[in-house]
Amino acid sequence: MSSSKQPASTSFKAPDSSRLQLDEQGRLRHFLTTDGLSKDILTEIMDVAESFSSVGQQAVKKVPVLRGKTIVNLFFENSTRTRTTFDLAAKRLSADVINLNIATSATSKGESILDTIRNLEAMQADMFVVRHSASGAAHFIANNVEPHVSVINAGDGSHAHPTQAMLDMFTIRREKKVFSSLKVAIIGDILHSRVARSQIHALNTLGAKEVRVIAPKTLLPSDTDSLGVHVYNDLATGLDDVDVIIMLRLQRERMGSALLPSEHEYFECFGLTEEKLAYAKPDVMVMHPGPINRGVEMDAAVADGPHSVILQQVTNGIAIRMAVMTLALGQAKGAEQ
Amino acid sequence: MDTDLTSIDIDAVIELMANKLADQMKRKNIVEPLMIGIHTGGLWVATKLHQKLGLRKPLGEIDISFYRDDFTRIGLNPQVKPSHIPSEVESEHIILVDDVLYTGRTIRAALNEIFDYGRPDSVTLAVLVDRGARELPLHADIVGLELDLSPEKQVKLTGPTPLALETNRS
Repeated sequence: MSSSKQPASTSFKAPDSSRLQLDEQGRLRHFLTTDGLSKDILTEIMDVAESFSSVGQQAVKKVPVLRGKTIVNLFFENSTRTRTTFDLAAKRLSADVINLNIATSATSKGESILDTIRNLEAMQADMFVVRHSASGAAHFIANNVEPHVSVINAGDGSHAHPTQAMLDMFTIRREKKVFSSLKVAIIGDILHSRVARSQIHALNTLGAKEVRVIAPKTLLPSDTDSLGVHVYNDLATGLDDVDVIIMLRLQRERMGSALLPSEHEYFECFGLTEEKLAYAKPDVMVMHPGPINRGVEMDAAVADGPHSVILQQVTNGIAIRMAVMTLALGQAKGAEQ
Repeated sequence: MDTDLTSIDIDAVIELMANKLADQMKRKNIVEPLMIGIHTGGLWVATKLHQKLGLRKPLGEIDISFYRDDFTRIGLNPQVKPSHIPSEVESEHIILVDDVLYTGRTIRAALNEIFDYGRPDSVTLAVLVDRGARELPLHADIVGLELDLSPEKQVKLTGPTPLALETNRS
């Protein structure tokens, strides 16, 4: 049992990114994790995203703010939705975008990443959006880029996925206005979820009333206690009186078979159905980062039902990514100093 | 040349602007214009003008931060507000309102933003104060107050209630 947890808990060791992501004036330079960022910065990201949300209503869905900037989407790990929304966000900001999908084997890390970065810097890249299966990859790159280059973490191993967490916070804020009265339950594979970790930091920083995690014991990290959450092992008690339900995707590709008996059994205990939804507040909102395994994490009736904000999350994801890109590139470093 | 700007009755100036605008609309045969105010001061002036003229199309508001030409020099204004143009821009007569016309760069940015919403038939520019020192070939159609200020002097509208002009040396 403890041996099956070993790889995940070592990769959960968060690198100290909080200082690295801010410049000397305390403004966002890289966006690597929500951990250690102040409430002011998280709020600023959401405020700027709110302003970007009107761009989608324009006939020409574009603003010229990042004209002439080059953004490289460096995806060492597959992703459709995240890459597409980063791509779209950069294009709506009028940046030039290069999408690189780099298949990696476990042996071709280290030097080869730096070589890739140096080459792209020689092509005058201004920003790297990095997704990698190894925790700390974006942090490693941020530590090694030239001073005018920014790095955004689009998911590293089971460590962090800060733009997903912030688009979720943004979706919650647009719906519920304030965090201080909210009870939020995160359900599912907490152990392997970089999303959950980033959400928990953000929710606690933004002052949510209570953050709960609901998961089978095998899908909880060993350091759950230090995360500032209440742990529940069954849905009925865990969902009692909650305002927001965040479902996580079962990351089958990251899981050893020993952790879960079967998907069917998982759905019986932790799958979200309309019946179980009744334990929560009547105006509960249901979120999921996608892609949904219908019938495993939740019923189709819930995913498509009136409480679901899953498609709003996708739309909000574009605005959040536009905000983070603009804030990180808009701190006037290098150019006029 | 130190005019005491604080003593100026802003409401009276806006009243004057409203009259000039009404005349011009009549002359140009514009029946239902779409008024758009530029955040933040321009929107205050536009709100009053919109009310005085009894315009039927709801007031639009734009924040030009994402269209500024100095992003690479000064970065993003974190106080940026959402733009909201509640009706079609395409084939409409627009009245664009700002508080202070100075270099013309804000208006350049505002025009670019408006055109990303559609192609208006015309744009009329109304400003509370034209302080001169233009850096772009732009002029206002309706001017509430013309001031001839030395370049180091700044003039700013404070509000929303009461609206007042403030100067300070930068």
